Amino acid sequence: MNPVNQLFTLLWTFGMLSLFAIGGALSAIPEMHRIAVETNHWMSDRQFADMVAIAQLSPGPNVLVVTLIGFHVAGVAGGLVATLGMCGPSATVAYFVSRAMERSRDAQWPQLIQSALVPVSIGLMAASAMILGLSAGTSWVAAVLVAASALVTLLTRLHPLLMLAVGGWLGFAGVI
Amino acid sequence: MNCAHPARPRARGQTLNSETGTQTEAEVPGLTRLFIEFAKMSLMGFGGVLVWARRAIVDKHKWMTAEQFNETFALCHFLPGPNIVNLSVVFGSRFRGVPGAIAAFLGLVLPPVAVVLCLGLLYSRYGEIEALRRTLAGVVCATAGLFFATVIKMLQPIVQQRSVIALAMTAAVFAAVGILRLPLPPVLLVAIPSSILIVWLMRRRAAS
Repeated sequence: MNPVNQLFTLLWTFGMLSLFAIGGALSAIPEMHRIAVETNHWMSDRQFADMVAIAQLSPGPNVLVVTLIGFHVAGVAGGLVATLGMCGPSATVAYFVSRAMERSRDAQWPQLIQSALVPVSIGLMAASAMILGLSAGTSWVAAVLVAASALVTLLTRLHPLLMLAVGGWLGFAGVI
Repeated sequence: MNCAHPARPRARGQTLNSETGTQTEAEVPGLTRLFIEFAKMSLMGFGGVLVWARRAIVDKHKWMTAEQFNETFALCHFLPGPNIVNLSVVFGSRFRGVPGAIAAFLGLVLPPVAVVLCLGLLYSRYGEIEALRRTLAGVVCATAGLFFATVIKMLQPIVQQRSVIALAMTAAVFAAVGILRLPLPPVLLVAIPSSILIVWLMRRRAAS
């Protein structure tokens, strides 16, 4: 594919995904995985998981995993175009909806839609967790590490970044 | 458009000050200020920007009360797309219209995009080195754990309410997207209308 076509593909793909990312960027990870690994073969399963992890390690909103995917596909321009695609359409919707809501403050439907979307977004988040968990490996050591990270996060107030650092250090030390 | 919006936040500033008893009015941030403040929140936000956004907007600068912030975030959460990006756009536009939305958005996104692009470059150069591969495999495990923890936290209210229908909907979406690996758009086009219908019917029955 020539570079310009690639940029259009990225813009179109993430632009569509932007409008379907219910519950935030992390809920869209299963679809990103399907697009990048299964449909387009842009990268391997491991590379995808690495990019999700790198995005978690970096500052800024979680959505920046699409910057890494875009960069992998088409360099710096790809990273910028993918980011714009993922943020632009939904940001435009948010702008117009928030203006409309200013006018109709007491409407019942936003609250209704909100409670209807909660179970959907939890289901998507669970799918994200599972897809990343499967990429993490099927060895029992990896499974224990995933479970330990979940438990520590739930039971303590340890900063998530520290949790990631411990995971990285264990990996570096050759535990996995 | 620039002039239309600041009226509300200014009024908010006054109510806020009457509560705290101070004389000064919460100032209305300009475009540069919006860019810089959102860049700061974003660059401090490891593992999520929301905490820092709340701290800066509500606690430090008092641009919104806690309730206003929660209300705005709830709106941005139920709309599609990255929540905090939506928040930056809605927040920026309330103060400075479309230019404000763009300034806040660019502040939130540009600096971390630069950081991430550098990391992407390093990854494309050195990603296949054995030691880095091992390290990242460990980070992937920890990240997966964080995600599972998030799911469990999100599930708690539904489990406490014993809302069987909501749990069934969660399970159905999980199975369709996570196990069957169906494309997201058709799944949502079925799941969202049915979920809205169910919630609506249940409320109507509860009301009657």
